[in-house]
Amino acid sequence: MYFLNWPEKQREVPTEMKQFLIFVRKEFKHVFRDKKTLLMLFGLPVVQIVLFGFALTNEIKNSKVLIVDYSKDQATCSIIAKIEASTYFEIYSVTQDPLEMEKAFKKGKIKSGIIFPLNFSYDLHHSGKAQLSIIADGSDPNTATSLTNYLNSIVQDYIHQVSGSRTGLLFVKAETRMIYNPELKGAYNYVPGVMALVLLLVSVMMTSISIVREKEMGTMEVLLVSPFKPLLVILSKAIPYLLVSMVNLAIILLLSVFALGLPFAGSIGLFVLVSVLYIITGLSLGLLISSAAASQQAAMLMSVMGMLLPTMLFAGFMFPIENMPMPLQLFSNVVPAKWYYIIVKSIMIKGLGLSAIFKEVLILTGMTVFLLAVSLKKFKTRLE
Amino acid sequence: MHAVIIDTLSKVYGKDKIVAVDRVSLEVKKGELFGLIGPDGAGKTSIFRILTTLLLPSSGSARVDGYDVVKDYKSIRSRVGYMPGRFSLYQDLSVEENLTFFANLFNTSLKENYKLIEAIYVQLEPFKNRKAGKLSGGMKQKLALCCALIHQPSVLFLDEPTTGVDAVSRKEFWDMLKRLKEEGITIMVSTPYMDEAKRCDRIALIQSGKLLSVDTPAQVTAAYSKKLFSAKADNMIRLLYALRASAHVSSCYAFGETHHFHFQEQGSSIDLLNELKQAGLEQIEIENITPGIEDCFIDLMLEKTK
Amino acid sequence: MEAVIKAEKLSKRFGDFIATNAVSFEVYPGEIFGFLGANGAGKTTAMRMLCGLSRPSSGSASIAGFDVYTQTEQIKKHIGYMSQKFSLYEDLTVVENIRLFGGIYGLSKEDVRVKTQGLLEHLKMEDQKNKLVGALPLGWKQKLAFSVAVFHKPRIVFLDEPTGGVDPITRRQFWDLIYEASQQGITVFVTTHYMDEAEYCNRVSIMVDGVIEALDTPAKLKSQYDAVSMEDVFFKLARKAKRGAD
Repeated sequence: MYFLNWPEKQREVPTEMKQFLIFVRKEFKHVFRDKKTLLMLFGLPVVQIVLFGFALTNEIKNSKVLIVDYSKDQATCSIIAKIEASTYFEIYSVTQDPLEMEKAFKKGKIKSGIIFPLNFSYDLHHSGKAQLSIIADGSDPNTATSLTNYLNSIVQDYIHQVSGSRTGLLFVKAETRMIYNPELKGAYNYVPGVMALVLLLVSVMMTSISIVREKEMGTMEVLLVSPFKPLLVILSKAIPYLLVSMVNLAIILLLSVFALGLPFAGSIGLFVLVSVLYIITGLSLGLLISSAAASQQAAMLMSVMGMLLPTMLFAGFMFPIENMPMPLQLFSNVVPAKWYYIIVKSIMIKGLGLSAIFKEVLILTGMTVFLLAVSLKKFKTRLE
Repeated sequence: MHAVIIDTLSKVYGKDKIVAVDRVSLEVKKGELFGLIGPDGAGKTSIFRILTTLLLPSSGSARVDGYDVVKDYKSIRSRVGYMPGRFSLYQDLSVEENLTFFANLFNTSLKENYKLIEAIYVQLEPFKNRKAGKLSGGMKQKLALCCALIHQPSVLFLDEPTTGVDAVSRKEFWDMLKRLKEEGITIMVSTPYMDEAKRCDRIALIQSGKLLSVDTPAQVTAAYSKKLFSAKADNMIRLLYALRASAHVSSCYAFGETHHFHFQEQGSSIDLLNELKQAGLEQIEIENITPGIEDCFIDLMLEKTK
Repeated sequence: MEAVIKAEKLSKRFGDFIATNAVSFEVYPGEIFGFLGANGAGKTTAMRMLCGLSRPSSGSASIAGFDVYTQTEQIKKHIGYMSQKFSLYEDLTVVENIRLFGGIYGLSKEDVRVKTQGLLEHLKMEDQKNKLVGALPLGWKQKLAFSVAVFHKPRIVFLDEPTGGVDPITRRQFWDLIYEASQQGITVFVTTHYMDEAEYCNRVSIMVDGVIEALDTPAKLKSQYDAVSMEDVFFKLARKAKRGAD
């Protein structure tokens, strides 16, 4: 009857840190045993980056170009000949009617065009300075950038050729203009966008699903009927996903710098800090969803509908927010991804410091605190 | 001293005011193996969840180990062991990992309390590296019991531990509970299987949220007021229809290899026998029998609905 | 009499694991056939093969005269199926469920209408007909589910633990429905954990570790194994099981 002689051990408050770590270890086991999900978690950012980075950049070959040549002199003819000789381009037509260019753009017959003004050669050789316009269809931003770059280099190549010894004296100012998508949202814009998307996906969806799974499995009941603090249940769920998100972040960064050749202009430390903040925003959102969802499917659906779609639409990397109607523009302000997106662009591409993104960081912090407060308040220590 | 005291406890759910538990009062003594017996939807799980502080009662009160389930819920949580009706283990963790995890959750270790679960755990040990999700129903049940026991709870709540488990595993499970009871643990267990009632010290029969009876199994059957008979014949289905049609019989229902029935006040067994013979039945055997828990449950249920 | 279920050396392997090992038996029209076995003995696997849901690894079987390898579509038309876990849509009303399943089995609108009325009267559920199935007590649900499973007058109805957790009175009402179906010539193939229900079957088979260890009427099984009840028979056989896991 040893049971009756159980030492009346003081049921002292367990060392919470120790329990917490045990819990975190269990969460890691869950994450690493579910190989399919793990593969998806790490495969997703790679696929996204590759898709946005490469697949969307069409290889340029025989792209149709229309030329409006008011000058029709020796210089313009030479440049046109060079363009024609290039494998990148095919001359659609050479004309003196600017309306024809507009029509061709509208019908999608051409992707780019050049306008040579009157007296192009004369200006070039007499004042040493000439102007021309390069116009591209910006609705396909990656292609448009490449086209203008190629056209520009062909022109510069010609100048280089004719100037010979007089290098530096001749100068052509190419005015580049994008139609349809003047801001040219391209790969530079996609990478921060993909970051905002992937980090959110992992943190929101995975957290909510893993909490709801405990509810579904009935293990939540047992956890609640234990001295372990419910709050710690939640926090321990966050740790593995925070880590997974950080690894994802590293993957995206490495891929975009080494594979896509993107610059990283700003401070990495600041970038990591802000990203952790953003991930915590996602985790609190996931927590909020988990308190409302009854099944894993519901949690998944809520994450996708509630987070992924708004992120894709309103973060600003797919569709320019400025072009949206006012109510939608206002709505975009409550999408955390929008602010993170601005921050990442500022740090990564523009190389700005904390002072420049102070406002955005503050907004994101505010959102996180708010979400965390609401979700912790809503988290139940009982079943109802 | 009572381990569990429930006083006019009620639980009402939702806008539709569905009454799951209806003014239930009962007491479980320390060291008792107490069975809450009733079909699905009788309110068993609601009562268990209130006692384990997972749900708040709508009215009435309950105490576990002297602690109030509403005010002192934290104290209760560290003292009780709970095994919910659904399989409540981590399917992707191994047998040993599950056990270690639950031990640590209560700030103890597998080693410290091994003796308590030893008898059960030896059967699981050959599979200790197997994922819990890959165990058979009976094995899962044993593991869940180990997990609920690992922190030396003073009261063990087992919500339908044997539902969906085959008869052999069920018997083994009850043998384990008997051993635990001998160790002095108070056990409150619920089940829809009436035949398991006899394994408990005391039972409460429950239907539609209301208690039908609370007593020892022997007393419950002793309280059966009518004379119960069993009948057997060569064709059991025809016998059932014949008994139901007979003017001598007041109620009749199938009961395993025989049919159980009561006579009408003027009914006589000789008349009935002749009637059945005329209906073409052979090898008829009619016997006066002592009722079981299931007979009592049926009787009490019919009485309530009257 | 021509058997409606004929299984010969039916086996199913999952890798090295033989879930069902060369099982042979026959079930006759109108028979109530109890299919017993411990958890993990291979009942579910065998039942899935018979319903045309799972292709056997070897052996042969015919259901209502149709081959389980090649004529699974035909089999499905001639059987009914009901399990404890899923049988009806909880978010549809009683009538909507009946209509849906009637429609699935290709009954005409008029047939469905007339038979629905009869079914509701028989179950005394007319005043519940527009209630959501989810709001019905479990016992009612199971009775309704069974009636829907035999709605299209199948040759055989497969019941997988149909009475789990149901109260003792409703459990017996459920068996009344089974008797009625069997008297109309529908063969009933049923699994259960309630050993008293094994007594209600015309014949019972007990599976242990993927093999049918015993098959006979309850009376003969009891005398063969020198047991007082079917529960006893079951213990004597199932205790020999070596398989620890599903």
